Amino acid sequence: MERPLRLIAANPLDALARIIEGLLVVATAPLSTEELCDAAGEPEDRIETALGLLGERHREGRSGIVLERVAGGWAFRASRDAAEACARLFERPVQRGLSQAALETVAIVAYLGPVSRPEIARIRGVAADSAVAGLLERGLIAEAGRDDGVGGAVRYRTTSLFERVFALDSLAALPRLDDLGDDADAIRDRLARVAEQRTA
Amino acid sequence: MVVRELELDLDAFEGPFDLLLTLVLREELDLAEIDVAAIVVSFVELLAERETLDLEACGEFLVLVSALLELKARSLFPDEAAELADLGPEEAAEELARRLAEYRRMKEAAAWLAERLADSQDRFFRLGPAPLAPRPERKLAPQDPAQLAAALRALSAEPPQVSLSHMALRFPPVALFVERFRALLQRRRLFDFDQEVAGMSRVEIAVAFLALLELRKQDEIAIQQAAPFAPIRIARANVERSRSWNVRSA
Repeated sequence: MERPLRLIAANPLDALARIIEGLLVVATAPLSTEELCDAAGEPEDRIETALGLLGERHREGRSGIVLERVAGGWAFRASRDAAEACARLFERPVQRGLSQAALETVAIVAYLGPVSRPEIARIRGVAADSAVAGLLERGLIAEAGRDDGVGGAVRYRTTSLFERVFALDSLAALPRLDDLGDDADAIRDRLARVAEQRTA
Repeated sequence: MVVRELELDLDAFEGPFDLLLTLVLREELDLAEIDVAAIVVSFVELLAERETLDLEACGEFLVLVSALLELKARSLFPDEAAELADLGPEEAAEELARRLAEYRRMKEAAAWLAERLADSQDRFFRLGPAPLAPRPERKLAPQDPAQLAAALRALSAEPPQVSLSHMALRFPPVALFVERFRALLQRRRLFDFDQEVAGMSRVEIAVAFLALLELRKQDEIAIQQAAPFAPIRIARANVERSRSWNVRSA
């Protein structure tokens, strides 16, 4: 059912698709629909139609370059067929070797951000200094103001690079915390049982 | 069995328990970095290896570890110590359960992210700093040519010579190191900066580093460092140049 995609230069929508294609090739971070509108000088509905055309042309199995919606914008990535070859030539310093501590810390920043180091330490029960420094260096989190009051601690939020690396359209794409893990009641029951065993 | 000789292998510390205690008491080691649960596990493992239960050791260990925990709690939550002490047992248990639940949810969130990362193993994309947007031209207010000339005149006057005699610093000339590194690269394809400057004074190392920058500026050498604080590798420029294009990509 492959619909032949003909590149007709005279078709204005196709011309717009080529412009967007060019913009996304030059960009090193996802471009939002608004940015594409501004750069191409076209209204949003036409940009979206052209993006639909591009998505059809650049999808897995059809092209080595795949259009994806990520981090609140649009970006090109390599197709999965090319992953093995890419891995031989390119490093991925942002993703490589993220420790458990780093993942827990970035999860806390993503869900509760903007959040300060003392708050992170309070939740994890150990100091967060080195985990926070590592995440800052990788560019997964960034400073976002300070706590209220004099000498308030620096607060952190996740960056759009975080959304890109974890393939999220936005932070809203994270699963609801309530759906994760035991709820407080289950833990309270377990604590009560442990207490009973000790006193028994 | 002597508790103080308990050998620990933690993320932040490796060695006997009493050394850990000494370092903590001298404030040379931040207790917040120490995983107390791991200490308890080490002790319990040691206990399990023995046939008889050494009550005295257990008692000593309990005292030490509870003191450590209290210290750690105080350093982590300085403002809350009083607040928590005011809670009744029921409320304290409630608070503990609430915190455990909060941490557990964050652990689950971290696991979800780790899974997501594993699924993205074959997603490769280009990364880089945001390209500069075209900058709007700045418009200057109309200027008086005579004022401009006066300003230029003031700028073109030779400033008085500043005496630097009080700043005399003794160090070898940069040229000396430039020649030395050049000669070294005649003989060897690659060398390690740290090895070459081992044993030199701070000022000499700084001058040697300036010489490296000078050579790099003249395109004679290529400098590589895998990560911050990693060894600095120096090579002849033509050797490394052909490979350098892919280091920054991906």
